[in-house]
Amino acid sequence: MSALLSTTEKVAHAGATLRGISMKFFSKNRHNVLPGFGLTLGYTVFYLCLIVLIPLSALLFKTATLSFGDFMAAVTAPRVVASYRVTFGAAFLAAAINALFGVLVAWVLVRYRFPGKRIIDALVDLPFALPTAVAGITLASVYAPNGWLGRWLEPHGIKVAYTPLGILVAMVFIGLPFVVRTVQPVLEEMEAEIEEASACLGANRWQTFYRVLFPVMFPSLLTGFALSFARAVGEYGSIIFIAGNMPMVSEITPLLIITKLEQYDYAGATAIASVMLLASFIILFAVNLLQKWSRRFAER
Amino acid sequence: MSIDVRNITKSFTGFAALKDVSVDIPTGELIALLGPSGCGKTTLLRIIAGLETPDSGSIRFHGEDTTRRDVRERNVGFVFQHYALFKHMTVFENIAFGLKVRPRSTRPGKAEISTKVHELIRLVQLEGMAQRYPSQLSGGQRQRVALARALAVEPKVLLLDEPFGALDARVRQELRRWLRRLHDELHITSVFVTHDQEEALEVADRVVIMNGGTVEQSGTPEEVYDRPATPFVYNFLGNVNLFHGRLHEGRVRLGQMELSAPEHAALPDQPAVGYVRPHDLEIERSHADSSSVEAVIRRIHSIGPIVRVELERGDTVESLDAELTRDVYQRLALKVGETVFVRARKFRVFVDDYQI
Amino acid sequence: MNPIGGLNPKKERKPGAELTEPAPVRWLLITVALAFLALFLLLPLAAVFSQALEKGAEAYFAAFSDADALSAIRLTLLTAAICVPLNLVFGVVASWLIAKFDFRGKSLLVTLIDLPFSVSPVISGLIYVLLFGLQGWFGPWLSAHDIKILFAIPGIVLATIFVTFPFVARELIPLMEAQGRDEEEAALVLGAGGLQTFFRVTLPNIRWGILYGVILCNARAMGEFGAVSVVSGHVRGSTNTIPLHVEILYNEYDFVAAFAVASLLAMLAIVTLVAKSLVEWRINRDRQPAPGNE
Repeated sequence: MSALLSTTEKVAHAGATLRGISMKFFSKNRHNVLPGFGLTLGYTVFYLCLIVLIPLSALLFKTATLSFGDFMAAVTAPRVVASYRVTFGAAFLAAAINALFGVLVAWVLVRYRFPGKRIIDALVDLPFALPTAVAGITLASVYAPNGWLGRWLEPHGIKVAYTPLGILVAMVFIGLPFVVRTVQPVLEEMEAEIEEASACLGANRWQTFYRVLFPVMFPSLLTGFALSFARAVGEYGSIIFIAGNMPMVSEITPLLIITKLEQYDYAGATAIASVMLLASFIILFAVNLLQKWSRRFAER
Repeated sequence: MSIDVRNITKSFTGFAALKDVSVDIPTGELIALLGPSGCGKTTLLRIIAGLETPDSGSIRFHGEDTTRRDVRERNVGFVFQHYALFKHMTVFENIAFGLKVRPRSTRPGKAEISTKVHELIRLVQLEGMAQRYPSQLSGGQRQRVALARALAVEPKVLLLDEPFGALDARVRQELRRWLRRLHDELHITSVFVTHDQEEALEVADRVVIMNGGTVEQSGTPEEVYDRPATPFVYNFLGNVNLFHGRLHEGRVRLGQMELSAPEHAALPDQPAVGYVRPHDLEIERSHADSSSVEAVIRRIHSIGPIVRVELERGDTVESLDAELTRDVYQRLALKVGETVFVRARKFRVFVDDYQI
Repeated sequence: MNPIGGLNPKKERKPGAELTEPAPVRWLLITVALAFLALFLLLPLAAVFSQALEKGAEAYFAAFSDADALSAIRLTLLTAAICVPLNLVFGVVASWLIAKFDFRGKSLLVTLIDLPFSVSPVISGLIYVLLFGLQGWFGPWLSAHDIKILFAIPGIVLATIFVTFPFVARELIPLMEAQGRDEEEAALVLGAGGLQTFFRVTLPNIRWGILYGVILCNARAMGEFGAVSVVSGHVRGSTNTIPLHVEILYNEYDFVAAFAVASLLAMLAIVTLVAKSLVEWRINRDRQPAPGNE
């Protein structure tokens, strides 16, 4: 009995020591009196591992089981490369369009007064709130040859639905809030005094914009661009209905992954997916760097 | 260049910031706009700069009406309360900004800009900091960059909004004197806004005291301190003791005390208040005449060259503050609890029922 | 952190009245911006309802009486009912950890929490196929024990949890960080326990953020398409969610029914946007400082 007790004690003690060490390792300010550090850290890491990290690592392990040759063959097949071109190319263009109009929309929303402004402001989040399948079928029907817009574009020889142009339209739609919502707070935070100082020093409106205001919002604009690009690259639901999905022409990479899965080509799907995942990690990393960069002039 | 502010009125939604304000600012002077927060001083400064448009009234620069002229064409230097430095530009670029944005025809060459900027950097004593960003500077240094930037465009008028407001007490003292010296060197007509009376009285050639959107008084620091025109000014510039009483044929009865107020001789009987600065209160051991009042000493603070004595009046139980020199204090050998007599050496009686 | 979906209570900006663009420029910019938004946002939104009601109210409501539609709605509600509470608990716990403590690896943790957001929905589905599919890690064991996860409800729920994982946390972290820890420390000094402090001090401060996080998480859980599409197997009447049902109807050229069902999701989106505006308005009002001058 006593032996058992002492063993339990030892285990408890060892546990406590271990916990102490790990707490010391993680905790920077040991003087924080708020409770629950260990508990919340434990739960957060546990749930994160269970839901996100372990499943994601499955992808990496599966990729690792492929031979290098198979992997390269899977990710550089002509049809796959064509899908990269369509996906990344259209996403880049869409992000560029969104950068331009996103800044314009953010500028107008922050700086001007006009009727219905609050509603318009709320509406900017629509692409984020609207389920992608709904966006997909709606865009497809609006831009279809007999749709509300397609009807007007078709006679001018502009085909949107079921072409790469349709992919671009869908990507612009889903990416817009990213630029607006990254640039908007920066514009809101901008002190009016900076513009006043610029004017007092003799700069005209345009000089004030491109020498004073634009450099301040540029990092956030780049961030918004990158986020919009990342979202467009991974997007599936809102694109497939309007894309036409012609191999080599208007087939996006996410769709190709699903196609491979449906053909039970798990290895192929995994290989392509890992390329996409890598791409989104690179973008994520770039965004983090950008955000650091944008804080570089922040006052200490 | 002189500035002539004529009958300026300005209201923002729901409140009148300036009510018919007129101020004359002679060429080359350093003027302080002094007042509590909300008195309209910053609004007036911004109207002079052209950052706000008055509802009515006019601003003349050297006799020329500039009321409707664009801020860019007024050639004013403006130093903002929080400096408004361009965070993404170095000290050099900040100072050079005003020169670089000039129209091509009047823009100086690169070398000329560089010479000029370095001259200014020397002037504001920031040698070696040209390539730093504002975030790498202390508050006082930022302030000086803001000043150099404003001076770069060779303004005819320099306007400063609470120039020392965001600095700590020590730096503040230093910069204050430095600004004064700088002004003596450059002689640019300058206006600065402050809520700190000490700062205004120490630095400015003339002080304009504002309250509730109007000018209460303007004059040299000596004038406004020694001869306050209104109870507000009395109160705002330093401590003051109030004696409440009644006016009667040019004399005021303030409790046991009676003072003469010949300037109000023509006025009918009405309530009046006597204003006395603490250092204008004399303490005496004996009751000489009706111009002094009995009081009990409650507390004595004898730190430093000035001794502050808190008293309680025998007749009204109101408290009084007196400031004595150390000599006088030692001669009188005052002790807490003693009964003494207090006389106003200098005072001013106001009849309007101004409430503190 | 990703800005999207984040609450951004507006600050009333007071620019110098003298410093704005000339009126024609202003109106030109407003017009172009509004035209762009109308074309890209308003028009599609209007199209959903217009298409849904094309053949009248009767056809519209007929779309919902279909047994498959009802089963899709039931499954979607069930999925959301499982995902939202789980991610809510996680969101509150994680934001307490991140907002109230400083520790090594915190920024990495924040990035990882945000990760599902930057993973393509298709990949989010794929990883569960790799885990639970016949060739996956657990596939053989699951099939030996006759447990179906993939192409069944558990797979749909798991993929949805993954996709909606960051939603509550990302609403709460900035909100709680902005609040700091003064109030909690004050409560502890006054003798409150840990849970008391949380429920009486922290929770009232973040309740609007929680509400919005839940609404957003719910909207995404109900509307997720890509990830669910990969793991569902598309069995009509049993593993179809509302978005998948919309897809099937659309591909069968039953446009009225497709848009009718889609209009449910569009209304959900509108509710989300309205909720966001209301919550921002509330937070703004709470933050409004006492009226002062200058």
